[in-house]
Amino acid sequence: MPEQNLIEAVRETMRSEMRRDESVIILGEDVGAHGGVFLATDGFIEEFGEDRVIDTPLAESLICGVALGAAVNGMRPIAEIQFADFVWPAINQLVGETARVRYGTNGAKTAPMTIRIPYGGGVRGGLYHSQSIEVLFSHTPGLTVVAPATSYDAKGLLASAIRANDPVIVLEHKRTYRLVKGNVPSEDYTIPIGQAEIKRPGTDLTVVTYGLMLHYVLQAAEAAAAEGIEVEVLDLRTLRPLDKNSIVESVSRTGKALIVQEDTLAVSISSEVAAIIAERCFFDLDGPVTRLGPPEIPPMPFSPLMEAEFMPSPEKILTAIKKLADI
Amino acid sequence: MVLKIELPHVGESVTEAEIGKWLKSPGDEIEKYEPLVEIVTDKVSMELPAPASGVLTKILAVEGDTVEMGAVIAKMETSDQEIESEPETSPTTATPPANRIGTLVQGANVGPTGGEFLDTSLASSPTGDKSTTNSPPISADGRQRFSPVVKRLGAKHDIDFNTLTGTGRGGRVTKDDVLAAINTGTSSSAPMTESVEPDDQVIKPSAIRRTIAEHMVKSKTEIPHAWSAIEVDVTGMVEWRVTNKSSFEKKHGVRLTYLPVTLAVVSKALKSNPQINSSWVDGKIILKTAINVGIAVATEEGLVVPVVQDSVNSSIPVLARQLDQAVSRARKSKLTLDDVRGGTFTLNNTGALGSILSGAIINHPQAAILTTEAIVKRPMVNSKNDTVEVRSMMNVCLSFDHRIIDGAEAMRFLLAVKTELEAIDVSFDPGDAIDVKPITN
Repeated sequence: MPEQNLIEAVRETMRSEMRRDESVIILGEDVGAHGGVFLATDGFIEEFGEDRVIDTPLAESLICGVALGAAVNGMRPIAEIQFADFVWPAINQLVGETARVRYGTNGAKTAPMTIRIPYGGGVRGGLYHSQSIEVLFSHTPGLTVVAPATSYDAKGLLASAIRANDPVIVLEHKRTYRLVKGNVPSEDYTIPIGQAEIKRPGTDLTVVTYGLMLHYVLQAAEAAAAEGIEVEVLDLRTLRPLDKNSIVESVSRTGKALIVQEDTLAVSISSEVAAIIAERCFFDLDGPVTRLGPPEIPPMPFSPLMEAEFMPSPEKILTAIKKLADI
Repeated sequence: MVLKIELPHVGESVTEAEIGKWLKSPGDEIEKYEPLVEIVTDKVSMELPAPASGVLTKILAVEGDTVEMGAVIAKMETSDQEIESEPETSPTTATPPANRIGTLVQGANVGPTGGEFLDTSLASSPTGDKSTTNSPPISADGRQRFSPVVKRLGAKHDIDFNTLTGTGRGGRVTKDDVLAAINTGTSSSAPMTESVEPDDQVIKPSAIRRTIAEHMVKSKTEIPHAWSAIEVDVTGMVEWRVTNKSSFEKKHGVRLTYLPVTLAVVSKALKSNPQINSSWVDGKIILKTAINVGIAVATEEGLVVPVVQDSVNSSIPVLARQLDQAVSRARKSKLTLDDVRGGTFTLNNTGALGSILSGAIINHPQAAILTTEAIVKRPMVNSKNDTVEVRSMMNVCLSFDHRIIDGAEAMRFLLAVKTELEAIDVSFDPGDAIDVKPITN
């Protein structure tokens, strides 16, 4: 099995999906001649041509609107939003239109489209290249949101997204693109949408997380094990629909839950996970449901020192783990 | 196709595991990812998922066997055609192999990770609401509080909470306490009642206390400790410090203590006596190339050992600053993982507490630990003219792993330390590296 970093897994998955299905097209800013700002589509325009790899104007509303039009007419477009921070002009197309196609046409039309959105911080991106935008889409019925954190999961979930008959938002954490490297089988496989995965088994408490934070949590769990605390790490992988059963099964077993995320905590994925635990694990809880996230300030700071202070780190996570374990 | 099923590597420090219960028998049809066998290591217990679909043909390691990682424990016949499993809504139980989760690339070409900062204040409670986790298990009206799972299990198994000794924070009855009571049939306090009088206070050790306890037991039971002490005349070093104290502090911004000097001397002596800077691992002696000396620091929570990396190549002012920072981080409980990693030898200044002799326990898996004892003025006989002089004396003690080090090597190392410390006088230049030659008899 070849080792690939996460952006390589994304690129090779899109390449093989475009080869196996002619209705798959890509559109976005700089995806053609330039090969994408993260080189996700490097070499695509040469192989698939300008009809299938389309450079668009700097207009996210147009990217998503055109993708939606193509999708309801039989194509399987992959729309690339260059940075999550730029997705806001497309909100009406995504939340107001795309999410409602199946419901609004009583099932007569569907929108089999994928929207790839690089998100997240810790990359010195400052105010306009670091945002976590998962909450708005995860709140919207009619949209599916996945957030793979490993190269293996990126391939399996992206393939599932492209082949799905309804719109799927694929959130790729920018920091993981070249930081995370793992084995990716060369053969074709998909990972079912809506399935979390236990990335590390444990008995004392469950940490629920996703995205870049998975890797920080795994580091903290390793350090906690050295102190005799066995942490179970549950990677959500899909943010909508959440895999309630896996969350409930794990937390019921360990009796304690910590939710770690890079996004601010108020009204967030962690809020929803905490609510699920409160609703369904109450009689198995042996401690308060706890959360760890950054301070409630509007954007990711630009100063490297302040950015590092903003981001949850393995050390901060370890402290939170020890505190919960010690109750 | 016959497929060998190997025991997977489950963690860096885990080398072997015990085979638990086999969940499948030879001849059974198995689905990919279906649990095959329970595996028990000192860190985790897990179910090994089937690597492929097919038929289990042979079991090579039976329940109770201890097996090395990577060893073949069973064989199976796989069907050539792999079928992608259907999406299922049941909870996931199998964990993916480590190589699928992947590793983090050092120096990936993006900015800082946020993982290198020391402040853990956010972790305490980012919402600012500290009431939930810190509330005592006693409610306002004086009654004990129990968590939902404790109440449910207690009611189901008819447990009288008054008979339990809570091991949680503030004496809280935890889920584990109730499970222990259910298992013993009575209450978890039963085994303790013989030694605990009603007025005695039962304290649940903190995580750091438990870790210290485990490490000490591991070291003392695994390592055959031997011990030696040597007397060092540090009159010259004391004079040197008195003379240079204020100028050193003015110049380098840090108080001049004996610790960086002994650290420098010990580091150089380790370089010339490499067998002291080693580890006994799986029947082999590993001589460590790096010389990273851990410094034992007493904190309110317990003993911690921040490590000074590459202490052999640093000048005394640099060591003084590093020590000052490490000790202050340790006292504030702000040590990072990197601060305590990679130690190859440990130095403990037990003299600071007034001790004059210490039989220290080695910091496992290192080979030795050195203590510097209290400096005391004593009447000493000058052998040159048989007169009695008042000298500043310090004992230096070494506990060592007798599997690796014999008394002769230990004394050679101690003598190297003694010679260098006694060579220090008022003219000593702390900026210069100290050159220690191995002593040959």
